Amino acid sequence: MNNIVFLPVLLPLLTGVILIFFARKTGIQKGISFLSSLCGMAVALYLVHYISNNGIKVLEVGSWKAPFGIVIVADMLASLLVLTTSLVGFAVLLYSFRGIGKEREKFYYYSIFQFLLVGVNGAFLTGDIFNLFVFFEVMLMSSYVLLVLGGTKGQLRESLKYILVNVISSAFFVITVAYLYSVVGTLNMADIGRRIGEAGQPGIITVIAVMFLIVFGLKGAIFPLFYWLPGSYFAAPIPVLALFGALLTKVGIYSILRTYTLMFPHQQGYTHELLGILSILTIIVGVIGAIAYWDVKKIIIYNIVIAVGVIAFGISLMNQDGLAGSLFYLIHDMIIKAALFLLAGIMMKVTGSSSLREMGGLIRTNPGLGWTFFLAAISLAGIPPFSGFSGKLLILQGAAEKGAFIGMAVVLISSLLVLYSIMRIFIYGFWGNVTSYTPASSVPVTKLLTPAVILVAVSVLYGIGTEFVYPFIIQGTEPLVDPQIYIDAVLKEEG
Amino acid sequence: MKTNDLILQTVTKVCAFVIILFSISIFLGGHYSPGGGFVGGLMTSCAIVLLLLAYDLKTVAALLPIDYKIMIACGLLISASTVAGSWLFHAPLMTHAYSYFNLPILGKTSLHTAVLFDLGVYLVVIGVTMTIIQTIGESE
Repeated sequence: MNNIVFLPVLLPLLTGVILIFFARKTGIQKGISFLSSLCGMAVALYLVHYISNNGIKVLEVGSWKAPFGIVIVADMLASLLVLTTSLVGFAVLLYSFRGIGKEREKFYYYSIFQFLLVGVNGAFLTGDIFNLFVFFEVMLMSSYVLLVLGGTKGQLRESLKYILVNVISSAFFVITVAYLYSVVGTLNMADIGRRIGEAGQPGIITVIAVMFLIVFGLKGAIFPLFYWLPGSYFAAPIPVLALFGALLTKVGIYSILRTYTLMFPHQQGYTHELLGILSILTIIVGVIGAIAYWDVKKIIIYNIVIAVGVIAFGISLMNQDGLAGSLFYLIHDMIIKAALFLLAGIMMKVTGSSSLREMGGLIRTNPGLGWTFFLAAISLAGIPPFSGFSGKLLILQGAAEKGAFIGMAVVLISSLLVLYSIMRIFIYGFWGNVTSYTPASSVPVTKLLTPAVILVAVSVLYGIGTEFVYPFIIQGTEPLVDPQIYIDAVLKEEG
Repeated sequence: MKTNDLILQTVTKVCAFVIILFSISIFLGGHYSPGGGFVGGLMTSCAIVLLLLAYDLKTVAALLPIDYKIMIACGLLISASTVAGSWLFHAPLMTHAYSYFNLPILGKTSLHTAVLFDLGVYLVVIGVTMTIIQTIGESE
């Protein structure tokens, strides 16, 4: 039954709606969202299993045939990302139960949380460019509310900037879609890809491709367009920050991946080289930021920028290894960023500050926290048995194949500096003498630690079980390397 | 000085009903003529806003004891269930169906499930508009 493809969107939608009825009863809210989150993970797992056996699954919404109606397309790439999203969502939800506080919970926190998942899952699964825009807006509006919910001064200031940037980029998105529609006359992504392929990508399409790069670059924080991210993310409360850091920029990156492999792969000389240069600059800027700060949150936030650069570099290579590496690294990064933010949140709860200068000796008081953070840190840097390794290795192989040696060197050096930036947190925060803390709250740390441990455990298994995961990644990369597979799956009759 | 807004209130009593009837007509006619759930909902909330202008928040709340946030949730639930409902008939989601029925007074009428979806939109639009206006009106 093809309808299963839409369930990752429908399930959180219905949950979010039902939660509105129980706005004041936080116990019921927690119960319902917990159950829905578990179901969501089960559905996503089943989806991955189903796609791996049966190939790309297309749902023609409303029984209208492909280029005329909206299609929901679940290929392996989208299903893997949906699975990762539900896992991250589950862990952050668990953390929120203890970590978000009553005053936010009573003001529709869990509803908005579910609507954010609707937007993210929808953006991954849709096969229609305007529908992608709508799901972007669903995601962004939920993120506005999550960012401002609570109403502290910093949150108000930063959400104003965040909304301004995103309103502008959304308007730009609409304009770009309008240009594209006036050139190719269709909104279905597969149909767009086919028609551009037939026309051989004339100059105007290259312009549109660059405009899409600007739009998705603004959403995904690529080099000259990342300026809004550090401040905005810094203002968010920890579970929200973990959700944003793991999901939002990755949707932008996914959109670049989808459009640049499906719609605009015909004139790579200009567009993909531009993407390559920008991604290398993104890595450099991110590294500078990650080293410069003494604040745990800021360091991890700049690590998001670095990861975005690495993934975008993999996309710009446009060969089997580079794309597979990007996908592998994308999933790894979603999991590990969520884990790192949750761990940073616990550190802040224990010490009452996010500055490294006011921490020290945490390994003595909280050994569990310390070793979990250590595992997460070396996974992030890509030390061999852990999950960051295979993705980067594949990207480097792709770069070597393409002869992009500068990029290769930058990625390698950036790994070293990422390790340095994250180990600095470990050294200054966990080693040394125990300083006297003024704990931010009396929440038992072990209960907050559970979701972070789950994420780190999954990440470690993901790294160790590379042999098991790799076939899925390869299957996810197939329609990226050869877009004809995707086009044929959607436009059955013409295919 | 106490202002006397007797004329405004009397005119509102008549006009609000006319506006609501017109908005329902627009809502129901959406399939065949310009209109639909969005304009209909917006116009219905216009009628309520007119009541708010002529009277005050408390009077209107006593007149229409509705929690508009619940109204939003109901509207979303109706629309989402219409979308999900086609699953029960083994059709792709959001597949709509229609048929002709012989109703007592109206005679032969076509009923379409898209109206249910539109009803959800109608309720959400009213709920959102009224929530915004009431929240701004109540805050000091």
